[in-house]
Amino acid sequence: MPKDHGIGASTKRREDVRFLTGTGNYLHDITVHGQAYAVFVRSNVANGRIVSVGSDAATGMPGVLAVFTGADFTAVGGNPAGWLINSRNGEPMREPKRPVLAHGKVRHVGDAYAAVIAASYNEAKDAAQAVADASVIEELPAVVDMAKALADPTNRVHDELPDNQCFDWGWIEDNRARVDAAIKAAPHVTTLELINNRLIPNAMEPRASIGEYFPGTGDYKLTTTSQNPHLTRLLVAAFVMGIPENKLTVVAPDVGGGFGSKIYHYGEEALVLAAAKKLKRAVKWVAERSESFLTDAHGRDHVTRIELACEKDGTFIAFRTETMANVGAYLSNFATVTPTFLHGTLMAGPYKVPNVYVNVKTVFTNTAPVDAYRGAGRPEATYSLERVVDMMCRELGLDPFEVRRKNFITTDMFPYTTPVGLAYDIGNYHATLDKATQLGDVAGFEGRRAASAAKGKLRGLGLSTWIEACGIAPSNLAGILGARVGLYDAATVRVNPTGNVSVFVGAHSHGQSHETVFPQIVADKFGIPESSVEIVHGDTSKIPFGMGSYGSRSLAVCGQAMSNACDKVVAKGRKIAAHMLEVTEADIVFSDGVFTASGTNKSKTFGEIAFSAYVPHNYPLATLEPGLEETAFYDPANFTYPAGTYICEVEVDADTGRVEVASFTCADDFGNVMNPMVVRGQVHGGVVQGIGQALLEHGVYDENGQLLSGSYMDYTMPRADDVPFVTVDHSCATPCTHNTLGVKGCGEAGAIGSPPAVVNAVLDALNRAGHNIAHIDMPLTPSRVWHAMNG
Amino acid sequence: MIEFEFVKPSTVADAVKALAADGAQALSGGQTLTPTMKQRLATPSVLVSLNGIAEMKGVTVGGGVVTIGGATTHATVAKEASAYPALARLAGGIGDPAVRNRGTIGGSIANNDPAACYPAGALASGAVIVTNKRSITADDFFKGMFATVLDEGEIITSVSFPVPLKAAYVKFDQPASRFALTGVFVAQYAGGVRVAVTGASNNGVFRWKEAEAALSANFSASAIAGLKVSPKDMISDLHGTAEYRAHLVKVLTGRAVSAA
Amino acid sequence: MTKVTMTVNGISQSAETEGRTLLSAYLREGLGLTGTHIGCDTSQCGACVVHVDGVAVKSCSIFAQDVAGSRVTTIEGMANEDGSLGVVQQAFQDHHGLQCGFCTAGMVMTTSALLKGNPRPTEQEVRHGLEGNICRCTGYHNIVKAVLAASGQDAVAMAAE
Ligand SMILES: Cc1cc2nc3c(=O)[nH]c(=O)nc-3n(C[C@H](O)[C@H](O)[C@H](O)COP(=O)(O)OP(=O)(O)OC[C@H]3O[C@@H](n4cnc5c(N)ncnc54)[C@H](O)[C@@H]3O)c2cc1C
Ligand code: FES
Ligand code: FES
Repeated sequence: MPKDHGIGASTKRREDVRFLTGTGNYLHDITVHGQAYAVFVRSNVANGRIVSVGSDAATGMPGVLAVFTGADFTAVGGNPAGWLINSRNGEPMREPKRPVLAHGKVRHVGDAYAAVIAASYNEAKDAAQAVADASVIEELPAVVDMAKALADPTNRVHDELPDNQCFDWGWIEDNRARVDAAIKAAPHVTTLELINNRLIPNAMEPRASIGEYFPGTGDYKLTTTSQNPHLTRLLVAAFVMGIPENKLTVVAPDVGGGFGSKIYHYGEEALVLAAAKKLKRAVKWVAERSESFLTDAHGRDHVTRIELACEKDGTFIAFRTETMANVGAYLSNFATVTPTFLHGTLMAGPYKVPNVYVNVKTVFTNTAPVDAYRGAGRPEATYSLERVVDMMCRELGLDPFEVRRKNFITTDMFPYTTPVGLAYDIGNYHATLDKATQLGDVAGFEGRRAASAAKGKLRGLGLSTWIEACGIAPSNLAGILGARVGLYDAATVRVNPTGNVSVFVGAHSHGQSHETVFPQIVADKFGIPESSVEIVHGDTSKIPFGMGSYGSRSLAVCGQAMSNACDKVVAKGRKIAAHMLEVTEADIVFSDGVFTASGTNKSKTFGEIAFSAYVPHNYPLATLEPGLEETAFYDPANFTYPAGTYICEVEVDADTGRVEVASFTCADDFGNVMNPMVVRGQVHGGVVQGIGQALLEHGVYDENGQLLSGSYMDYTMPRADDVPFVTVDHSCATPCTHNTLGVKGCGEAGAIGSPPAVVNAVLDALNRAGHNIAHIDMPLTPSRVWHAMNG
Repeated sequence: MIEFEFVKPSTVADAVKALAADGAQALSGGQTLTPTMKQRLATPSVLVSLNGIAEMKGVTVGGGVVTIGGATTHATVAKEASAYPALARLAGGIGDPAVRNRGTIGGSIANNDPAACYPAGALASGAVIVTNKRSITADDFFKGMFATVLDEGEIITSVSFPVPLKAAYVKFDQPASRFALTGVFVAQYAGGVRVAVTGASNNGVFRWKEAEAALSANFSASAIAGLKVSPKDMISDLHGTAEYRAHLVKVLTGRAVSAA
Repeated sequence: MTKVTMTVNGISQSAETEGRTLLSAYLREGLGLTGTHIGCDTSQCGACVVHVDGVAVKSCSIFAQDVAGSRVTTIEGMANEDGSLGVVQQAFQDHHGLQCGFCTAGMVMTTSALLKGNPRPTEQEVRHGLEGNICRCTGYHNIVKAVLAASGQDAVAMAAE
């Protein structure tokens, strides 16, 4: 029987009721009394010198309250990079200042160089147009292509840097010579050059912010579409604006998806605060979708050359990669860690390969900043690995399933330290491969292929086995690796006098279902109904602290903090029970919501203990404090390592090159699962984003730095009729060994494991049909597939 | 969007009068015009809604001709133009349900988007576009991407389609916009076959005359097997090269003939 | 400014409009009905779908003055009289057809129109019918399931899980 309550139950989501009745509270829905509107004036050239800003054009226009330009922010700080990466030669990365508003130069289409504040949105929009029309921007040649950007130091994105490189990173540099030698001596080497296509995150709710300033107290409030309000507070307050943190509250209300793009602090947030202070009234900004396309941090955009060295029987000897990673015009907050530690450290995959070396050069270009997008670095690593393994199998005539089996780390090898610096605690890669093979009915493939052939379609099957490091992150390790923040999380569990519970968590839910799932855990811990537990998140004035939600960390880090805080509450409860039952603490047993004096029939319920804690009429106050509330900060001992196998079948229409995903099967190991319904939903969503990357989505700039795919007319979002139902299994669970919940994280898995499965399937279909095609770059549009077949 | 005056006349005559104002523009479904106005690429000072004009709505059939009022939505055509099934199906394949509930044939034909569906249907059918002041054959009407012979303030009041013996429209979706990456409408009349192609050419909708000749002689997909479409003048963009589109023209023509 | 009156969710409502006031803005800002969302500026995403005189339309592409006097239904009008979730809403909750919830209003409005015209759609008809509604979170799996369930079909059996 599936559970109907607590951990492991598919509890229906309580947050749904407000979203289904139109009573959610997204930022766009919030109206603050007297609010004015900000509209940004954005560059329409990729690289340009700001000759003059036509602020005067707005003066006197209806409703206009103020115009801000880059000059207004030269005295405040820049939006910083959160992670220091050193080049192979020991030099620190280059960190050009990222200003609130562009000053001197604009560096990508959409770069804001002025902002107009007016009483109404339309008035602000009209005035912003006037400012744009009156501004003079001298267009300069754009730096767009990464290889050209590196080759030509004369045309630079940042004049103050010697060239367009941010850093040249080697991982692990000390292993380089050994890896080179191993590859040189290997019986077979497969080499693949590939592009990991630029993606545009496209959370359905565009970014938005409201700034408020309270002159009477000097307090500020920023309401913003953030995945991590505390991190945003830290960045805006301490780094950019110089506001003391105790004077700034950041609230992230209902947020309509993030996928990474709402982790980062953006200049618009600083601007609405500055404007609110100057005007003494609230200032609201809501991005239009076209602004989101131009200014949300994009994802991926790697060009990689990967070599796989192996024995003739497919036993891996070495992987070596060289990657150019685009960081765009400015360093977004996690832009430097994404292509390095979130990518290079995963380059051993689930395999017992002895030699791995990763080189990544990051490149400034006149394009939107690139940062972590669902999966962040790990999809890039998985794609490179799983594509080159597939290609090797084809070259050597080996079975891709057997080659994976042969090279997998086996269950007796854990904990297993990889040559790229991670210590996998536990997993069972053979189990998920077998499970996916069975669920995907690989045995029946030939029959389905014949059926497709009878309809004139080419059918192929693609395999991908993936692993990721998530539950980001152990702060001590992150610190050694250059992180400028810690990556713990925090929770306060407050038991109210009547026995219900308010839980304040640092994680932020923007689709992840924390409001439902976290209470399942608390309910089990305390033996109370889920409905007695409420989750509070997204408000720095209420929650203790928190690093937010990304990197599949909400449950594995914040959930564990919450679980630890619950344990502390129970410990306190035992003290209270011991006092009330007049026994020693050691005699108290807590189970199913009841504190019992062992060996007696004397007991107190959780509710009675709670009430007593707030009505402490006879407490021995020297040894027992009133109240029942505990906070825990949890910093994980290690990353968690979810892993799995994905199998995709496609049908290709040979006449048009159109690819249809016929089936998609996932067997994942997420450790213990708190709410299967929610976990499946996360996988569905991730897989479809991955199918999108493989077949549909592409952020493309032309040579002048104009974004060609800047709206839904050209950026292909997966639609309902682009995808099939996705078969999902998470029964092959190996609970994480270093958190007590035994959880790993499931938010990014789908997006990490799926692109290579899709691409491998298409290549399988084409090669089985007699074509000899080694690789096609994503997205595999009909035109690209047709050209691969027909030249 | 720039502010404008909104007017909603209930007769064609009043609409024509309203459109005589400086900077006036017609509005039908708004499925194209509204987004264009948001981008400030269209900035009318008077917007004249055609949605209140009863005489411009509906589908009538008579004398082997299906006539569709200029302000008739795609959804209505899909449902009511059963006398010309290929045309009904074309309308039912435009955009998505909500777009079909607002978008109109008049707006589509007046706009002449190079990737729109109706222009192919109209051209392949030898349709007659009727305005408040004249009747224009489709062959004379379309003048390249987003261009038609319509005068300023001229309103498409209806479009008449002679019903063919056989016809089909096959659209290959541009995956993002869901317009036609390439679409081919084939219609067989007693007097011969007409083939119109949308989505493919830099010059907008066009007739593929070689295919028409071949199909007029032998209405089967094999009849065009030997033909080649030149990629010259074909659109090349993110979604497909000129060569690819040229190839699609032939594939889709074959499929349309088979489906007809 | 022109005063525009409509019957919204069964109640006659009025608000002042400019010519350029879109139906979406009329509902959200004029009437405070913020359940209808704006996800794009090219009429592609479907977050803004409402019913005007019984048919699903994108409220971001229609001017308020053009539909003056109409009957409009928004997500706020979809629950049962007693406040409980309507059939489509309930199916979305039962089958986890929403995550962040931003696309949800449009999905529910499109679904209820779809089912009115086609009470027992196939999976392909559902997917096709939702073509104009973008969801970034769910991968559509559970949305399609919810629509099938709302039509009274055995969605769990139809979704290959
Ligand atoms: C998401 C989406 C998907 C779409 N997919 C497709 C598709 O697959 N295939 C396709 O063909 N189209 C597609 N369209 C376009 C859609 O069919 C539009 O409805 C059509 O192009 C314009 O019609 P409208 O009634 O909305 O015109 P409007 O947008 O109101 O007007 C368009 C232009 O025509 C003028 N005009 C309008 N009516 C008349 C008239 N009666 N006489 C003279 N001039 C007039 C207007 O002044 C304006 O310049 C799509 C649109 C959207 C938003
Ligand atoms: S907001 Fe209306 S379709 Fe996107
Ligand atoms: S639930 Fe988030 S966009 Fe659909």
